[in-house]
Amino acid sequence: MIGTPLPIRDDAKPRLANGVRLVNSPAHDGWVLLAPERVFKADTVAHEILSLCSGERTFAAIVDDLAARFSAPRDRIAADVAALLNGLLAQRLVEFSA
Amino acid sequence: MTAGLPVPMGLLAELTHRCPLGCPYCSNPVELERKSDELDLATWSRVFREAAALGILQLHLSGGEPAARRDLTEIVAAARSANLYSNLITSGVGLPAGKLAALADAGLDHVQLSIQDAEAQSADRIAGFAGAAARKRELAREAVAIGLPLTVNAVIHRANIERIGALVELAIAWGARRVEIAHVQYHGWAERNRAQLMPTEEQVAPALQELARLRETYREEIVIDAVVPDYFARYPKPCVGGWGRRSINISPSGLALPCHAAQTIPGLEFWSVRTHALAEIWAHSPAFEAFRGTSWMEEPCVQCPRRETDFGGCRCQAFALAGRAEAADPVCHLSPLHARVAELREEQAETAYEARGHRAARSTSLARAANPLR
Repeated sequence: MIGTPLPIRDDAKPRLANGVRLVNSPAHDGWVLLAPERVFKADTVAHEILSLCSGERTFAAIVDDLAARFSAPRDRIAADVAALLNGLLAQRLVEFSA
Repeated sequence: MTAGLPVPMGLLAELTHRCPLGCPYCSNPVELERKSDELDLATWSRVFREAAALGILQLHLSGGEPAARRDLTEIVAAARSANLYSNLITSGVGLPAGKLAALADAGLDHVQLSIQDAEAQSADRIAGFAGAAARKRELAREAVAIGLPLTVNAVIHRANIERIGALVELAIAWGARRVEIAHVQYHGWAERNRAQLMPTEEQVAPALQELARLRETYREEIVIDAVVPDYFARYPKPCVGGWGRRSINISPSGLALPCHAAQTIPGLEFWSVRTHALAEIWAHSPAFEAFRGTSWMEEPCVQCPRRETDFGGCRCQAFALAGRAEAADPVCHLSPLHARVAELREEQAETAYEARGHRAARSTSLARAANPLR
């Protein structure tokens, strides 16, 4: 990931792009994100974030949910979520619902 | 599972070697397997379940042209029920209207469509099939209409290397999310046609600059993945991510191969999925064990800091160029035989492509048309 993540609008509703699936694989010890010619290991944090990216919840709601559940500072969570989503956006694996 | 054994990620299922096209760089072996020897649906379904249990995540349904299989929809459904991510690698020829939607309903995740050139006439000539380009255009339209993610794959060689920009722009216009600009790898049919396919030095440098420019210009529109022209590279390509390390290739009749070209190496013993479970093949098949890891390596690979980065390069290419599969891939500048690669770059011919299913008369006119003024 390059530099400071771009800000994501609070009302943006992220979702996995068509053809991108989050799958639990015991042989790989956990969750993996599957995309065309790409496989990403999703650690616990990434899995928590991506599970909430349904295209219905807003970025703000996702951050609120995670901040409450993990009792972590909201701005730190927001930065983590934005960094993950920006990395996936650059590869067109995540998109925003209208 | 055997301790220390790598976990494979991908399975390439060559469902058939049948194909209506006859591209001069076809990745199928020169000796094609017959329809009557193809694995049936039940066997493929079992192999998919065994693959998933072994840790394989992605399944590439390939050929030949996989659409030649009448049970393709059932095969896709079997992949989904095994929880594999499925990618259909197709020429777009042989999939009637509506078929792609049926495949998507059965659980297909992604479609990869080959194109031969940005200009329809030249594309049809390279494919050896009149009207192929128009059918591909229709298939791309259908994929986008049903929301199936689309990758366009273009194999690059002397006749189309000057149109890389147009190929990427075509992929964008067709709604692809990803495009592969893949320079020919000289195995099988492509090795036979090497002198006809080899780009010139004058073509390669501008093509690489063009690729960098396209990545910058279209960053927002499309992901560009590239396979570099390895006869012009300093280091070789890592052989399928390491022999027996990431992937398994199954031939139409069920032979498990470490890579699609592995049968070009004499003396390897391949096991069939008809007689062995996939996990057993992965762990113990002599062909998979032959070049797994680094213990088979010789100088200069054995001392090389890149030995676990590029795994000595391509074993099939080492055999083809050095005459021994244990040698360093001569594409590497550290290979004692590297000068041979430079010689082969210079060997350029304007004679007809030799392609599967082509009659001599047609391939003669094809080569002339595809390589004007040369």
